[in-house]
Amino acid sequence: MTDISMTSGIPNVPALDIDPFSDAFLSDPYSDHERIREAGPVVWLSKYDIYASCRHEQVREILNDHGTYISSAGVGLANFQREKPFRPKSLILEADPPNHTRSRTILARILSPKTVMKIRETFAAEADRLLDGLLDRAKQGEVFDVVKEIAEPYPLKVFPDAVGLEAAGRENLLLYGDMIFNAFGPRNDLLARAAARVEPVTAWIMAHCQRNMLQPGGFGDLIYQAADGGEITHEEAPMLVRSFLSAGVDTTVNGIGNALYCLAHFPDQYARLHADPGLARAAFEESLRLESAVQTFFRTTAVDTVLGGIPIPAGSKVLAFLAAANRDFRQWPEPTQFKIDRRPTGHMAFGSGIHGCVGQVVARLEGELILAGLARRFKALEIAGKPTRRLNNTLRALATLPLRLVPA
Amino acid sequence: MVRLTLIDFAGNSTTISVAPGQSAMQAAVSSGIAGVVGECGGSAMCATCHVYVHPDWYGQLPEPLETELEMLDCTVSERRDQSRLSCQIRMDETLDGLVLLLPERQQ
Repeated sequence: MTDISMTSGIPNVPALDIDPFSDAFLSDPYSDHERIREAGPVVWLSKYDIYASCRHEQVREILNDHGTYISSAGVGLANFQREKPFRPKSLILEADPPNHTRSRTILARILSPKTVMKIRETFAAEADRLLDGLLDRAKQGEVFDVVKEIAEPYPLKVFPDAVGLEAAGRENLLLYGDMIFNAFGPRNDLLARAAARVEPVTAWIMAHCQRNMLQPGGFGDLIYQAADGGEITHEEAPMLVRSFLSAGVDTTVNGIGNALYCLAHFPDQYARLHADPGLARAAFEESLRLESAVQTFFRTTAVDTVLGGIPIPAGSKVLAFLAAANRDFRQWPEPTQFKIDRRPTGHMAFGSGIHGCVGQVVARLEGELILAGLARRFKALEIAGKPTRRLNNTLRALATLPLRLVPA
Repeated sequence: MVRLTLIDFAGNSTTISVAPGQSAMQAAVSSGIAGVVGECGGSAMCATCHVYVHPDWYGQLPEPLETELEMLDCTVSERRDQSRLSCQIRMDETLDGLVLLLPERQQ
């Protein structure tokens, strides 16, 4: 490895000249993940003066030791100890205990498995409605871009419905999510373009965090009810609704898109799913491991620490490659193979520890229902054109995925 | 290593060796115990690693945190007095020989 040098000024840390936010890296991250992962448990990325890890053991340690690796200084490249956040800080994502605990308790209650039992029937009916429509068209020989026909419309229907948002203007959520996830990276062209696209809809997003725009009884209203009960202030409530709008759609859109990508590229695994649609939840889980929608998060060291034998001083930015940890052969046998019976418990696609995705039960519900619904209706998913990527500093996202859905 | 015994709903008993520091959920899943799912990976987010701690052992575990108690309201199988999430049970020498009974269903 010619680009490893010991001239970073940081002894004993392999230094790599890799830009994890370049178009080339984001188009195909996995070979660079491997270079970083095999260079050491922790590396120094000299382009941004950050520590980084692509190994499961260290990524897990970073995410679970929230006292050492804090979130309140930002979970992107920017260090809020030195730079002003580009937006008011998230009350949950960019917070540490005890502040984080307050927000987390409310959101965890709203998005609990109990809630999911209540919404399951509605979410299932919407999946059936969407996929029945595609089945009719597939019988006429139509080929689909499943990003536009499944991965985007389904989460855009069911999740904002559950939050209690009106139907008009929901595509704004995709622009907003795209910008938020780009903003965890550097101020590169990807962020500049995303910010320009979202600028006209920012007012719409903020307006839809207000109580009068949210259906009574929906997830958004439940946050205001928590404010009524004194758990948070009424000024904080719209900020927590904002978390639903930023984190609840673009993530599942890409989670479902990536699952369809995996199943189309591993036809033997789709055949197993078609034979037993009860494997849908397991198949979605394995796709989260192999093609993680959220690829990275940063933390900031609150104190001097040691990670993988490498000393890291307080105030350092540390980049945790969730997606690379999910392909670390030290943790996963045959890590690049998509195997729907793998049981990949302990993957990092939703993060881990106190900041682990609070909406993960809802995400799994959406993924399971779409995959089970496809498996019941179609005997094969055939690639009908070259998939294209939508590059994002944080997300692994598809722009298009043309598939022929073969009716059973 | 410490010993952990898991008894499934049908009454089949399996005893495994666990490295101290691992959670009971991690140990059960990596040993292929079908009655423990652990979908969220151990963040007390999913209630699919629900166990009934043997009455002889229940009092020896540290008290559950608020997050775990909330999640125990979400179990698919009935919650009982000895219900815990096995992802929140950290195995150590004091728990050598721990016995956990598995519920009928996790999902």
